[in-house]
Amino acid sequence: MAFLHGATKSHSASSKGGSPKKRSLTPYLLLAPGLIWLITFFVIPIFSLASTSTMVRPQGAQIGTYVQELRFANYVDAFLANQEQYVRSFLYAGIATILALAISYPLAYMIAFKAGKYRNILLVLVVAPFFTSFLLRTVAWSQILGDEGPVLSTLRLLPFVDESLRLTATPFAVVSGLTYNFLPFMTLPLYASLERIDPRTLEASGDLYASGFTTFRKVTVPLSMPGVVAGTLLTFIPAAGDYVNAALLGNPSTKMIGNVIESRFFAVVDYPTAAALSFTLMATILILVTLYIRKSGTDELV
Amino acid sequence: MSTQVIPRPSLSHRSSRWFSRNLIRIYAALAFIYLFIPVAYTFAFSFNDSGKSNLVWKGFTLDNWKNPCGAPQVCKAVANSLQIGVISTVLATILGTMIAFAISRHSFKGRKTTNLLIFLPMATPEVVLGASLLAMFLNLRINPGFLTIVIAHVMFCISFVVVTVKARVASLDPRLEQAAMDLYANERDTFRYVTLPLVMPGIAGAALLAFSLSFDDFIITNFNSGIESTFPKFVYISAARGIPAQANVIGSAMFFIALIIVIVGQVVSRQRKKS
Repeated sequence: MAFLHGATKSHSASSKGGSPKKRSLTPYLLLAPGLIWLITFFVIPIFSLASTSTMVRPQGAQIGTYVQELRFANYVDAFLANQEQYVRSFLYAGIATILALAISYPLAYMIAFKAGKYRNILLVLVVAPFFTSFLLRTVAWSQILGDEGPVLSTLRLLPFVDESLRLTATPFAVVSGLTYNFLPFMTLPLYASLERIDPRTLEASGDLYASGFTTFRKVTVPLSMPGVVAGTLLTFIPAAGDYVNAALLGNPSTKMIGNVIESRFFAVVDYPTAAALSFTLMATILILVTLYIRKSGTDELV
Repeated sequence: MSTQVIPRPSLSHRSSRWFSRNLIRIYAALAFIYLFIPVAYTFAFSFNDSGKSNLVWKGFTLDNWKNPCGAPQVCKAVANSLQIGVISTVLATILGTMIAFAISRHSFKGRKTTNLLIFLPMATPEVVLGASLLAMFLNLRINPGFLTIVIAHVMFCISFVVVTVKARVASLDPRLEQAAMDLYANERDTFRYVTLPLVMPGIAGAALLAFSLSFDDFIITNFNSGIESTFPKFVYISAARGIPAQANVIGSAMFFIALIIVIVGQVVSRQRKKS
């Protein structure tokens, strides 16, 4: 016993609870460089952004020069001027997330339960499109769906298709671009949680005379909830802030909040408005994410 | 009593049964086709004898593959992206792995805050990460360029490295390390000869992930790059005028190189398991 105790003691860090935990300097030394990096280049910039968001350009000052005046009305002005893009961002991201879930769930289910020895190959195939640049793939979609692209020229051969039909520069194109680009983010966490399900629980459900559909609804879906939550977050968050899809596949009336932030920063050089918009976006997302995680009861995400 | 003749199910009946039994496989096949359409398109148009605009098919050529630097600026952009990718990957992998070990193998004060600090960058949209860093650089009057891109990339890669390596450490069998200690290996040797080799695949995976995140990043880079070019930035800027076929060559080449690395990695790890 004493021998075992000695072994666990010198090894206490990995065993949770039980023997008293060793307090040494090592963890702090391990943490310090990375955390300092994150504090300097993530936390402090967020405060910098907050400070920029209430700045004002003095009368007659050069473009790009701003002074701090704690003008919180910047937020109201920025929001009122861009309400439409705001609502649109969350709407597009929401639709894209639902579509991605609908496409990914059967795919992940198939890889987890029906793929047999091909499982690993199929998983690689899910990630593989990622290796071609995200921008190149989006540009490829814009050309495939474009006015001279193969899809439209085929569709135009059909008698009931109007000559003036366009696929790019539409909300449809932007939403399908968002759906496409974040699919692996949805599929992988779904797969991870489906794969963990013990097939015996599904058999047990069948033994208790549950139909296939009931088993799916009452056993599979609840057990895969952590994957659903992680996947929807990993899709929704980047989709809501994205501006590449709207820029390459959309038109001026499909602009999302990311496009406004980008153009406020670079084209208009209006840093306070851009900062206020970014901050509102982040706050909205954090509130939504917190509510969502609370509601679905999965705290263990990290 | 007559023998009952069981009617053979009709062809349409049988085919519809086959269909419903394999529905999920058909669905998955369609999903894979959907995933690969733009990849295949990019690859096909890398052989287009396109001249300036690579929008319509004009004929097959190998010229773009023979001379991938033929379009102005494209190789400069790729070289930049590779450099940034390598430096950021090395830094983020080291910093992230250290954090992962601290979190999974040590007790310390401020664990909750640490976890939050790791989680938040992943839960923040890229525009906000990019805009806030730029706001800080502007406030400090630092001109964005190569260095600020690396700083930004390391920042957003760390969290992904921590999560990946942590998962690997958590999946280790603690008995292996206990066995080493039982055989009188001290803590350092146990780490060096048992723990680290076992965690290595996780670290390699994390590094690969960090590199692809860095190489492919556009939004954060665009905010913090100034006039410095990267490959995604090159594609975005040339999208308006039409992307040269050489960009397709580079995108396709990256695809195949990464695929080979992943497949070799899988084969190696499978053979290790066997032996």
